[in-house]
Amino acid sequence: MTVQDVLSPFTAWKNLFRDPVTVRDPLTERPGAARYRGFHKNDVAECIGCGTCEAICQNAAIDMVPVDGIETKEGDSGLRPQIDYGRCCWCALCVDVCMTGSLTMSNEYTWIDSDPDAFRFVPGVDHKSWDDAELGYHRPDGHRLTPPERIVMREMDPERRIGNFEEIVDGYSVEEARAEAERCVACGLCVATCPAHMSIPDYIATIREGDYEAGLKLLYETNPFSQVCGRVCTHKCETVCAVHHEGDPIAIRWLKRHITDQVDRDRYVDIIGRPAGETGHKVAVVGAGPAGLTAAFDLARMGHAVTVFEARKHAGGMTRYGIPEYRLPYDALDADVDVIRAMGVDIKCDTPIGDKVTMTGLEKDFDTVLVAIGLHLGRSTRIPGSDHPKVAKAVDLLRAITDGETIDVPKTAVVIGGGNVAMDIARSLARLQKQIHGEVGMTVTALEDFSHFLADPEEVKESFEEGIEIFDARGPREVLVDEVGNVTGLKTWKVVSIFDDKGRFAPTYDEGDERIHVGTMVIEAIGQAADVALLGEALTEKLEWNRGRITVDADGRTSEPWLWAAGDCVNGPDVVHAVADGHRVAASMDAVLKAKELS
Amino acid sequence: MALFELDRSQYPEAKADGSLDIDLASGKYLKLWQGPQHPGITGNMSVELTVCGDEVVEGRTHVGYLHRGFEKLMERRTFIQCFPIVCRICVPEPDFNEYCYAAAVEELAGLEVPERAHWIRTLILEMGRINSYMMYLGGQAGSFGMGVIGQWATYVRDLMLDRFEEMTGARIYHMFILPGGVRDGLPEGFAVRMEETLREVERALKDINDVMYCNAVFKKRTVGVGVITPEMIEPYGVTGPNARAAGVAKDVRKDQPYLVYPELDFEPVTGSVSDIYTRADVRRRDVHVSIDLIRQILQKMPKDGPVMTRLPNVLNWKIPEGETYIRGECSRGEYGYYLVTDGSGYPRRVNVRGPSYTHAMALLEKLIVNANISDVAGLMVSLHTYPPEIER
Repeated sequence: MTVQDVLSPFTAWKNLFRDPVTVRDPLTERPGAARYRGFHKNDVAECIGCGTCEAICQNAAIDMVPVDGIETKEGDSGLRPQIDYGRCCWCALCVDVCMTGSLTMSNEYTWIDSDPDAFRFVPGVDHKSWDDAELGYHRPDGHRLTPPERIVMREMDPERRIGNFEEIVDGYSVEEARAEAERCVACGLCVATCPAHMSIPDYIATIREGDYEAGLKLLYETNPFSQVCGRVCTHKCETVCAVHHEGDPIAIRWLKRHITDQVDRDRYVDIIGRPAGETGHKVAVVGAGPAGLTAAFDLARMGHAVTVFEARKHAGGMTRYGIPEYRLPYDALDADVDVIRAMGVDIKCDTPIGDKVTMTGLEKDFDTVLVAIGLHLGRSTRIPGSDHPKVAKAVDLLRAITDGETIDVPKTAVVIGGGNVAMDIARSLARLQKQIHGEVGMTVTALEDFSHFLADPEEVKESFEEGIEIFDARGPREVLVDEVGNVTGLKTWKVVSIFDDKGRFAPTYDEGDERIHVGTMVIEAIGQAADVALLGEALTEKLEWNRGRITVDADGRTSEPWLWAAGDCVNGPDVVHAVADGHRVAASMDAVLKAKELS
Repeated sequence: MALFELDRSQYPEAKADGSLDIDLASGKYLKLWQGPQHPGITGNMSVELTVCGDEVVEGRTHVGYLHRGFEKLMERRTFIQCFPIVCRICVPEPDFNEYCYAAAVEELAGLEVPERAHWIRTLILEMGRINSYMMYLGGQAGSFGMGVIGQWATYVRDLMLDRFEEMTGARIYHMFILPGGVRDGLPEGFAVRMEETLREVERALKDINDVMYCNAVFKKRTVGVGVITPEMIEPYGVTGPNARAAGVAKDVRKDQPYLVYPELDFEPVTGSVSDIYTRADVRRRDVHVSIDLIRQILQKMPKDGPVMTRLPNVLNWKIPEGETYIRGECSRGEYGYYLVTDGSGYPRRVNVRGPSYTHAMALLEKLIVNANISDVAGLMVSLHTYPPEIER
């Protein structure tokens, strides 16, 4: 103890002459820091209502609620997050996990209100003074709580695949599939968008759990063409995937395929379950495509006796005769058809409607009839020279290739069309050219430019890889024929516009930009039509039509009480829509048949 | 130096369990409850005192007022959902919870943390240490009636909270260190503002030294009071400044280095006799060490590079079966997280080892005997304990 110890404390007196250090709130404004985690903001136009913020909130402070003026639509649940500041702990995990980056925080931190309910609000909808605040916490660049990159699907390299019709993609390994399934945030936007409303997050969850049998059961509850759709579905689900907004969408299609690949095909029927007891009703289905067979599958499981009449050698419809084997191997399709057969569906192939079996006969012999005849007639451009024997329709050629018919493969050929069918025939012929002539000589000309292309981007990419030339925005003008009558190529003009002011198809061209595409064969792939001649004159007369298609109601019912129509011939445009159509029709038919029992 | 050891022959003999057979009806003794709210502790905790006159004959600690069940709550939350919870386990120095939890998850999940994130984590922990000591200084001075020190310390702590706010986006519960790294890098110009803050801390420390440490009254009240002998260190689980003041250089930063401490130049601060005064002095000097460490970090740390590793989808995050114990040196001693995982998406068990568990209970019960009743609050503060970390 020293004298200093007695005197030293008195140095505190110097503070008498210092200014106070406190902030005189609220007289002095003291804004939060630039990163301050203050009150929430939400850009409701960007928000898709995926609910990941709700899922991650450990306080259950967020509820997804409907909001006036925001409708449910594809890729948007129509819900928006409501935050309860009685529960929020300001951790900002909701901001970090937000799939679109719409949810942020302001640097505002004072809010006085006498109404306790005011502190439960929908940011961006219930307007607040901090809505326009620039500062506040935003998810830093690169800070992600969900992996944005998709697990790459291994596939055969172009040099090898162009020489054969083997399936291009390998499929995921168990590890790869699990890693891809881990990325799913289970928002369910995909379920709403899928025409068949497959329970996508649930079956993806079974991959994470490794419970493939449960996954398979879920798949076939909504889609008897799961093996087919696992390969060639147009996967609208992936276009609305929440992860897609700031990364690659979940590979939903490949994951579906992975489940079907993992289960022994002998186990399928046991897992899917047997049909219900027989009802005694008889249903006829014309056309063994995805729509007809889906309806047949459902109806058979409900206990009805279903007979399917198919004109061609094999069941499958456009999935077999329109899609090349390298995209959809026949054994995968056969496996799905076998499942449908196992449900008791009698599929009669090589049985066209016309001579032996007629629609009138079906009306008499069956309680209800479904027409699901697809689009098997190719349309023509009707340009000069298109009636030449060396001008073919894509669907006819694809069918011939599927049936193993010998076709005269040209060394060079030109395809007219920019859709998936155009790519299918170009790539199929390219394979045959490689096998027979040793090199590829395929050209594709499409009306649309690449930014509006109809074919899937991966089809275009793979076509380029396989050595196919694609010319976009080219309008076909004439099939060129030499003096001895051989096709020498196709003349095209540059497309200026495709539609007129009213949105009608009326292409205009730049005549000065002409190009000759060399080829000894020209293939038209510009669309298909239904072959409705099989209906017979009397029935055709009785039915209501709309621009060449049978008119049906929302359940697929025609103007004739015993007849339904489904699939591409009434709706289009792809397998999964046909499957959805089949379900709808089956439910409608079943209701009618049950009503008959009661009456 | 005379130790605070009085003649206890006038009191009954202790029983086998250490308790005394006190006859309250005799009128010689008085039961006195100190707490659960009182100036001796940050948080809520009671001490059941038995006094004879103004002398404490026996002290029994009672905890439980702050039990929130964090460890159990975490068993029902996903690994990412635990991240916002853990900081709340210890209010005055929350960052150690964030660090220990994140490091435990990273070890079991096999995550590699980017280099820069290690530096930022170390920076945060040292900033938090200064703040924790500031809170202590205010409490220690206040327990002896020197209220002004608490005001000064709070001001300095507030300046440091400004730095926390601009870096992490929050003042108290920073929620910045998460499994995989930290949320973001340092804001533009942070080092300059931090230097200004550190100078303010140094200025305040000098003032506090003049008014509190070089104060005859403070010395008179604290020297030789509540002595922790070196022999008590191991049996009572004493760590941190409480142990270092007794000359036992226990410091996890040196003993089992973590983060970037091996790359920093510092020596643990020690004393000779762990009485109230020396413990306070060790903490004051430790603030200077932290100031120096922050300056080293800001000078040596990488200026760019990632601060966060790529996480799996946290909504589906499962961690393989395993267990680990992660420890660190917080302002009060060894802080640790024992995490057990079972391959599911939730922790199987989390156990938080806060240094206050031993300091505020068994050690206090030992030291409080024979204390003067007016010194009890000061003695409790001198152990620098936080009840929130006792009752997770």
